[in-house]
Amino acid sequence: MSRIEKRFAQLKADKRAGLVTYITAGDPNAEVGYQILKGLPAAGADLIELGMPFTDPMADGPSIQLAGQRALKAGITVDVTFDMVRRFRKETGDNDTPILLMGYYNLVYQRGAERFCKEAAAAGIDGFILVDLPPEEVDELKPFAVANGLDTVLLTAPTTDDKRLPAVLSYASGFVYFVSVLGITGTTSASEEAVRTHVERIKRHTKLPVGVGFGIKTPDQAAAIARHADAAVVGSAIVDRVKAGLDDNGKAKPDLVPGVFAYIKALADGVRGVRKV
Amino acid sequence: MSTSPNSFRTGPDERGHFGLFGGRYVAETLMPLILDLEKAYNEAKVDPQFQGELKYLLTQYAGRPSPLYYAERLTKKLGGAKVYLKRDELNHTGSHKINNVLGQVLLAKRMGKTRVIAETGAGQHGVATATACALFDIPCVVFMGSVDVDRQAPNVFRMKMLGAEVRPVKAGAATLKDAMNEALRDWVATCETTFYCIGTVAGPHPYPAMVRDFQCVIGDEVRKQMMEAEGRLPDTLVACIGGGSNAMGLFHPFLDDSGVRIIGVEAAGRGIDSGEHAASLTGGRPGVLHGNRTYLLQDKEGQITEAHSISAGLDYPGIGPEHSWLKEKGRVEYVSATDDEAVEAFQLLCKIEGIIPALESAHALAHTLKLAPTLPKDNLLVMNLSGRGDKDVPQIAERLGVKI
Repeated sequence: MSRIEKRFAQLKADKRAGLVTYITAGDPNAEVGYQILKGLPAAGADLIELGMPFTDPMADGPSIQLAGQRALKAGITVDVTFDMVRRFRKETGDNDTPILLMGYYNLVYQRGAERFCKEAAAAGIDGFILVDLPPEEVDELKPFAVANGLDTVLLTAPTTDDKRLPAVLSYASGFVYFVSVLGITGTTSASEEAVRTHVERIKRHTKLPVGVGFGIKTPDQAAAIARHADAAVVGSAIVDRVKAGLDDNGKAKPDLVPGVFAYIKALADGVRGVRKV
Repeated sequence: MSTSPNSFRTGPDERGHFGLFGGRYVAETLMPLILDLEKAYNEAKVDPQFQGELKYLLTQYAGRPSPLYYAERLTKKLGGAKVYLKRDELNHTGSHKINNVLGQVLLAKRMGKTRVIAETGAGQHGVATATACALFDIPCVVFMGSVDVDRQAPNVFRMKMLGAEVRPVKAGAATLKDAMNEALRDWVATCETTFYCIGTVAGPHPYPAMVRDFQCVIGDEVRKQMMEAEGRLPDTLVACIGGGSNAMGLFHPFLDDSGVRIIGVEAAGRGIDSGEHAASLTGGRPGVLHGNRTYLLQDKEGQITEAHSISAGLDYPGIGPEHSWLKEKGRVEYVSATDDEAVEAFQLLCKIEGIIPALESAHALAHTLKLAPTLPKDNLLVMNLSGRGDKDVPQIAERLGVKI
């Protein structure tokens, strides 16, 4: 059983949904970024998505674009990201919280999918969410991910109809990420009703847990998602808190890290307040 | 068309791959829409009514066929190959871009889409798209890097007059790559009603093949016109390459004619060695961006690096995937020309033939100036004059230190 599978099994046993938190690796710099990563589980994150900063994040809105630019400016590379996860596993002794890499395929491709998977697994990473690697192209990564025990979390969208869903799901492992709105990250939010309908639809096709993301900004919204999905994913709203903790020169103010954790705690309270039957 | 296994014209495969290159590296939200587009295009392609409508528009509205003009004075000056200019700058809207846009906007209409978006670098594709959208009464939004908005001011105003909304993009280097990112971001939010009219032979499948097919009218005409003028096929083809649509349009119909030497000219900016250039094939390596795998300018890690070219239309760190494949197959030669060489060629053509070329096409000309003198007098060389340079006049004036 992978860490992701174990975590969802535990959530099910606890009769609640999970909170998946996204941060961009090394935003606003390697050290502060690590302090945030390190404290995420204690703040209430059940799973962690670690974004690999990329120059051309085509599916991301302004918040995550800016976070990526901050991280790139701070010199964050794939190796630095791997090191950060390695350090997290070692220093915190947390061997249970799943960490997924999120981002764009070119960074994986340049290193070579096989080598990338090997190194990611060795660093303590559990899987991938690669925005621009749909089922049509995931073949070139999947065998190496499987060989190294990494989950490939595939995206489904409102445009993924019942006819297409089985093909998408056949490549998915860990959980299914439902992109709840048409659009980029951090913009509009889906209605609770729309989320309910889509999650039920996806669950008719798979036993995998379903995480729902895009546009979740408040504890109430996170709670609404938690009523229907197995996990709520929050990203842009968190990196906005990182940005809010920077001074005019882009340096981290003392309240940056506590501010991020306080916000995540509020989201976690929202999610945990929903009892699942 | 040859369908033998030795043909260079049968790609892409059913998954949109040209060998290693091409493909469909897009977000899941877009994937079903891209499959719809592929289906709609495949149906339209073989529908005589669609092809008839397109042919009518290309002839009566865009002014095709464009002449294949024997540039006698240029030929005499160069003292080598017999230089013909394919006059695609004479098309309505001033470049080859209209060939593709009329096809795509017709397809948008056929698919029932109610809004069209486009990215643009020099503004030629934006102007062409705005034009076709005016003709078909479809709302049009054009994404353009804010640096390009400044250096191509005449085209920005043209688009606005044609009723399009121009959205300046400030991200990154604020040029063509960033405009394409922003267009993709818009599309992912609006894909159910919006048609994304990509301006070059790049992006996810089926765009590279579809745009190529629409541009092949250039090479098909050249073939016929050269037979009429000289009774045989050309010996040498030269075209400039940013994304590579005018080049692919000229080259593709000749790929299986092994006697035809084919040369694509990338933008070398301030020189390949300076690192400030837009020559993806010469200075890049394969990577994944904007929905396809192709040669890209990138760092060791895979972060995309900024391209540089004086020509906004060539200022892009990638290239159409089929060009990448043709490079690897060795069928097409890829060379480059610098900013300075292009500006010099630009001025020469004005004076010697009375034609103001687009800065993009001036790159093809710059190489022609080098190549033609080395070729025998019976070598028939066709250079694609893909755009006219009116849009570049303010920029050239500034570079030459002239106030207008």
